Amino acid sequence: MSSPAATSIDRRAHLPNDRLRAIEIAFWLVAAAAFFVFPQHRVLGSQILITGLFALSLDLILGYAGIVSLGHAAYFGMGAYAAGVLAVKGWGEPLTGLIAAGAVGAIVGFATSFLVVRGGDLARLMVTLGIGLMLYEAANQLPSITGGADGLSGVTMSKLFGVWGFDLSGSTAYVYSLAVLFAMFLFARRLVASPFGLSLRGVRENVKRMPAIGSPVGRRLVAVYTISAGMAGVAGGLLAQTTQFVGLDVFGFPRSADLMIILVLGGTGRLYGALVGAAVFMIAHHWLSDWNPIYWQFWLGLLLVVVVLWGRGGILGALDGFVTRFRGKPR
Amino acid sequence: MLGNFAGVLFDGIAYGSLLFVISIGLSVTMGLMNFVNLAHGAFAMVGGYACVVLMTRAGVPFIATLPVAFVVAAAVGIVLERTLYVRLYKAPHLDQVMFSIGLVFMSVAAMTYVFGPSQQPVRLPDWLRGQVQVLGIGLGAYRLFLIAVVAVITIALHLLMTRTRFGAQVRASVDNAVASAGLGINVNRVFGVTFALGSGLAGLGGGLGIDVLGLDPTFPLKYMVYFLLVVAIGGAGTIKGGLVAAMILGISDVAGKYYVPQVGSFIIYFLMVVLMILFPAGLYGRKA
Repeated sequence: MSSPAATSIDRRAHLPNDRLRAIEIAFWLVAAAAFFVFPQHRVLGSQILITGLFALSLDLILGYAGIVSLGHAAYFGMGAYAAGVLAVKGWGEPLTGLIAAGAVGAIVGFATSFLVVRGGDLARLMVTLGIGLMLYEAANQLPSITGGADGLSGVTMSKLFGVWGFDLSGSTAYVYSLAVLFAMFLFARRLVASPFGLSLRGVRENVKRMPAIGSPVGRRLVAVYTISAGMAGVAGGLLAQTTQFVGLDVFGFPRSADLMIILVLGGTGRLYGALVGAAVFMIAHHWLSDWNPIYWQFWLGLLLVVVVLWGRGGILGALDGFVTRFRGKPR
Repeated sequence: MLGNFAGVLFDGIAYGSLLFVISIGLSVTMGLMNFVNLAHGAFAMVGGYACVVLMTRAGVPFIATLPVAFVVAAAVGIVLERTLYVRLYKAPHLDQVMFSIGLVFMSVAAMTYVFGPSQQPVRLPDWLRGQVQVLGIGLGAYRLFLIAVVAVITIALHLLMTRTRFGAQVRASVDNAVASAGLGINVNRVFGVTFALGSGLAGLGGGLGIDVLGLDPTFPLKYMVYFLLVVAIGGAGTIKGGLVAAMILGISDVAGKYYVPQVGSFIIYFLMVVLMILFPAGLYGRKA
């Protein structure tokens, strides 16, 4: 009763198998094909990919390690400002800038992880929320570095590999984001299938038993939190580089809350849930943006309540259940 | 300077009292049901709007609207508790967080739809406006009134919890819900009544707070952190802890904004992180 979605995953736990399944290959082919099928929506597409990467980073700590965070935008924002400020200061090379963004995210993540991993759910909720709000205020109060409430403008990127420039069509942004997302995804996929990943699930399922089988819970959580923060930093760096602008909202609470919604909507603890959730959320938001934003918020709220009460496991959880029923064999 | 300090202290206490009235329900329900409810501010907002509607559309005087705010918010609370919250008592915290964020979004949107996005006005009676001179220091009459009301509520709550049969049932259920049920206490009913009482107090606080906190549809989001902080710092399930935490928060927030305005809200968030690290279970919380 406590977490039905979690047990169904663990039953499928098996030895690491790095080969992509056919349905996974199809998924990534669809993402690549979208580049050619919707050439006018490449900017939106790159935003979806970036949000997907961000949600993937949250899935590592939330879906696998069970850390509830309401302030993951802190690391996204650190990465975005790192990449943005580097470019403003004249270092416009994208790949190294992205590595710097990831490094800054990971360093801040490592430093704050010690505050987060201790305490229960409520304390974690408050500490992550507090870290996010604190960084938001700090960015707001340091306009000389961050541009303050006006945002950081003057971010100019040089061409990717000296060949492809970032332009308004979003072509480079899409391919660049997709490549980074795919690389990070493979990394995350390998990570969660490793003994390290399995120990994280153990922590999520029963914190008290893990030390008894010799697993250092605190160290495991610090490690995954740092990795997740680094990944969020990369996502933030991607956003800064592809939009060539950084606003204060990268640190905002709405970004953290939306991220949680995306992950829960897509399904936690299954990696693809983050990507599917990001795509569905962003496309729905895009379509409904002509609407009064306040209605969007109402339906979003209603959707959340409905998903929590009746749709455990999100979109992918529902699909899973549907497929199981269709095949007619119990798992 | 000293007069200044007394003024800041006074404003901080008034602000803290308000936070206490609104958050105490959250503290008790969190302690009782271990339910992370981010939507508590929405009940305060409902109470605030009930006051405003009665005042502006029906011409009811401010003081008379306050009991109505309590009743309306309590009614909304009990309906939601019986229909929705009750299904999630045993759910993981993540589900509770998402569910209550969903409720907050819906309440914000609904209030914007009905009342528009602007700040709502409040018309205080004449005797609550202006200042009262106490020991040569000018104190806001309304804030004085606020502190008095909250003092009465606190004493009443304390008596309710320590001297009545219902209070004993609540305390027993907080300590151990399973054992209490085994002793014949109707824990479900205790949950329901406590939730309604907490929502009602939040509604009352929302009404009292229009003049201090303001009232617009984003109210539950804007003050969510503060309400949660009172509970997290005070420790869930205790009245005393909530009171102390609310005072610390109120005074440090007012003092911070008065003496070092350039740092903005930084102080309160910093304080929150530090306190959460020093006291993961709250100042008066028991180790779970």
